[in-house]
Amino acid sequence: MSLFTRRHITACRKHRLGSRREFWAAVCCVPLVGRTADGQSPTSIFAPAATPAHSIFDLSMLVLSITLAIFLIVAGLLLYALIRYRHRPEDALREPAQVYGSNQIELSWTVIPVLIVVMLFLTTARVIIGTQAIPKPEDALTVTVIGHQFWWEYRYPKLGIVTANELHIPVSSSADSNPTYLNMSSADVAHSFWVPRLAGKTDLIPNRVNTMWIDPQQPGLYLGQCAQYCGAQHAKMLLRVYAESPADFAAWVSRQQQPARQDFAGNPAAAEGQAVFMHNACINCHAVSGTVATGRFGPDLTHLASRDTIGSGAIQNTPENLRKWVDDPNSLKPGCLMPAMHLNDRDLDAITAYLAQLR
Amino acid sequence: MSTTRVVDQIDGALTARQAGPPLNVVYEWLTTVDHKKIGLMYIGYALVFLLIAGVEAMLMRIQLAVPNNHFVSPQVFNQLFTMHGTTMVFFVGMPILFGFGNYLVPLMIGARDMAFPRLNAFSFWVSAFAGFLLYFSYVGASGLYAAGSAPDVGWFAYAPLTAKVFSPGHSTDYWTLAVFLSGIGSIGTALNIVTTIVCMRCRGMKMSRMPLLVWLYLVMSSLVFVTVSPLTAAQIMLTLDRYLGSHFFDTQAGGSAVLWMHFFWIFGHPEVYVLVLPAFAFVNEIIPVFSRKAIFGYPAMVAASVGIGFISLSVWAHHMFTVGLGAAANTFFVFATMVISVPTGIKIFNWLATIWGGKVIFATPMIFCVGFLFQFLVAGLTGIMLAAAPFDWQLGNSYFVVAHFHYVLVGAILYALFAAFYYWYPKITGRMMSETLGKWHFWLFTLGFHLTFDFMHIPGLLGMPRRIYTYEANRGWGGWNLLVSIGAVVQAIGLLIFVYNLLVSYFRGKAAGHDPWDAWTLEWSTPSPPPDYNFAVLPHVNSRRPLWDLKHPEDPDSDYE
Repeated sequence: MSLFTRRHITACRKHRLGSRREFWAAVCCVPLVGRTADGQSPTSIFAPAATPAHSIFDLSMLVLSITLAIFLIVAGLLLYALIRYRHRPEDALREPAQVYGSNQIELSWTVIPVLIVVMLFLTTARVIIGTQAIPKPEDALTVTVIGHQFWWEYRYPKLGIVTANELHIPVSSSADSNPTYLNMSSADVAHSFWVPRLAGKTDLIPNRVNTMWIDPQQPGLYLGQCAQYCGAQHAKMLLRVYAESPADFAAWVSRQQQPARQDFAGNPAAAEGQAVFMHNACINCHAVSGTVATGRFGPDLTHLASRDTIGSGAIQNTPENLRKWVDDPNSLKPGCLMPAMHLNDRDLDAITAYLAQLR
Repeated sequence: MSTTRVVDQIDGALTARQAGPPLNVVYEWLTTVDHKKIGLMYIGYALVFLLIAGVEAMLMRIQLAVPNNHFVSPQVFNQLFTMHGTTMVFFVGMPILFGFGNYLVPLMIGARDMAFPRLNAFSFWVSAFAGFLLYFSYVGASGLYAAGSAPDVGWFAYAPLTAKVFSPGHSTDYWTLAVFLSGIGSIGTALNIVTTIVCMRCRGMKMSRMPLLVWLYLVMSSLVFVTVSPLTAAQIMLTLDRYLGSHFFDTQAGGSAVLWMHFFWIFGHPEVYVLVLPAFAFVNEIIPVFSRKAIFGYPAMVAASVGIGFISLSVWAHHMFTVGLGAAANTFFVFATMVISVPTGIKIFNWLATIWGGKVIFATPMIFCVGFLFQFLVAGLTGIMLAAAPFDWQLGNSYFVVAHFHYVLVGAILYALFAAFYYWYPKITGRMMSETLGKWHFWLFTLGFHLTFDFMHIPGLLGMPRRIYTYEANRGWGGWNLLVSIGAVVQAIGLLIFVYNLLVSYFRGKAAGHDPWDAWTLEWSTPSPPPDYNFAVLPHVNSRRPLWDLKHPEDPDSDYE
């Protein structure tokens, strides 16, 4: 096993050994802020599920306990001084003794903070280097992430997959370390990729490629959203990361590698819908593999119906929502860049039928 | 000519002018070059913008009170936070602090006016015009969505969102030009304050005897030179990009988005210190007077202030930990940022030591300083959390950051400003502000402040990014946001009591006399309000607390220097 893979595993193991810190987190913070009416918040930074998020969590517990201790000491002293040395009526008019300072005292409250700072700095530096400066395993899955106003494009160059808004990655475990690397850039303005349970955020900046890695240990859906203001619909540029077992992921990959369905037997509306789609402006912005639609300004629709949501997580992917979206996306996501298509009802129904079968 | 005759003449001239018809009064204020009048205009103008930006904040809090709310559209919400941030920083924070500086610095160093009175007036009017220009965008900018539309690029206006292709129309131009003009005004006033402090001190006032307020204004104004200049230059570059085809920030033609971030934050972070140093300045004057003790560790306080000034120039990229500058750069900026907590800590400890052994009088100015101390401590500690870069990868651009910097801007700076208002209002108007209303103001505002900004940290920890006009219901952010919004209403009520107190005390407050707080710095030796040109006879000081020496001839400070 190569060196870097071992590092990933060490990091995984370390968070399990750090259970005492997690205990304190549970006592101090998580019950206070991690709960919602229906259980855990799906985006809490105190519920880490991948190595980068775990190492940040451990660091944050250390920083929180140090700052809490400082707060208690200093606030306690302040409170004591304010009560003990309050003006009392029996004090009469005499001024208190005038003290101008003391070099020894100044020195002590300079040196002690310096020591704390050095300690904090070294701990922080270790986490920075452990996350940002470790080499990438050669066989790691690499996904190209491109930010758009207001959606996410995902490309798997080695697998020949192009998809949008819902990122699928394999889970990682200590036995089979399997981190996914994200190479990130932007097609327009700055965005930021933030799935709190997996890792801290990384910005997507045009003319620049940033890299981050994630290795969720449990299968499941991890939520997040764009964290850099990018225009009108910054709020509805949601992130969905599906971590799947290696077998499920392989199955997803083989489905995504198929071209779009061209067999419309028993579904004449879909056949008509395809014609409408190919003869309208849809193809200027959208691609459907295996057809003349090769636009790249909007999300790739080859397997649109395999996705749970549309509009970058803004709404559920149902035929009714699809129909409304094609008719006037701005009624669902005001400010989004897709224009209202103004099709007649028949065309709308047909196009919806076509899109709904693009599995 | 004897001193009394000079005073009589000044008084006579004053009465004659005040007796004139109302138009003369307007003319007088429009054309004045008097540092006190200009200072008051700065403060008044900032208060008006404070109320406007406060209304913008309230609208945003209504929108965010519950998930999936439709109170305002996304476009309007984006304009609201852009205008709120820009207004609060450039047209409330800077002018109100320059206003107090203008008013107090010459009085405290025993000077009759600023070094360049006409530059002073010019700087004020340019800044004032900039504020009106920004708000004229609501009428004048033909934006993307309507005939008039306010800027909607956020207060740090990251490139390339500001490029012509992403921000058509003129709203971004209004933002750029307003910030540019306000920069010219700020640099002018900063130049003036530095020159005044260096050249116009009265006899005996060595640098080592200046009140700490004056030291802090010296550091703050020097920082303004160094940091507002790049911002102002960047506005010109952006305008060139938008209209003359240059490509500084135009990523589609090979420009750099990160370049704008560097330009902005080399201004933006020291700007925090530009705003907070005057807050330290007020607290440095008020805590000793209400603890009845000299400030503890004056040389250490000066060194810490100057140190903060220098270090603050090397921390800007902690706003860019997620930009991908690499592990080495991130590590450097972690260190620089953490180091700044050392001089800041020294300040807190020295305030504590000043209170220690004193006789603390809890008048309204002092209780606001007490609020300042506790809240600034919390703000500093959350700042340390954000300085730990990996923690910042989670917290940056989340509501945790919004809560953190509002703790600094409201919990520390605004509290120090309230303290300053209660403390110097008697000097400025000759009337005391109502203590009863002051206490109501303090307790209501503090309750609202903590409801809003304590609970605002939590949605950030739960993954809520800033600048979103609405949010999903299943994230667990709803309840916290509702509390935050309720707190905002309570703060607004507190603020209105303050404004009412300002107005009503002007007419009904009890007379203040020269020196209502039994204080020690030179401004309290003048009548309230001070006459034009402040001092009929320029003072001569022998120590840091000239009025202490006068009041305690048996035990003057000058014996200990």
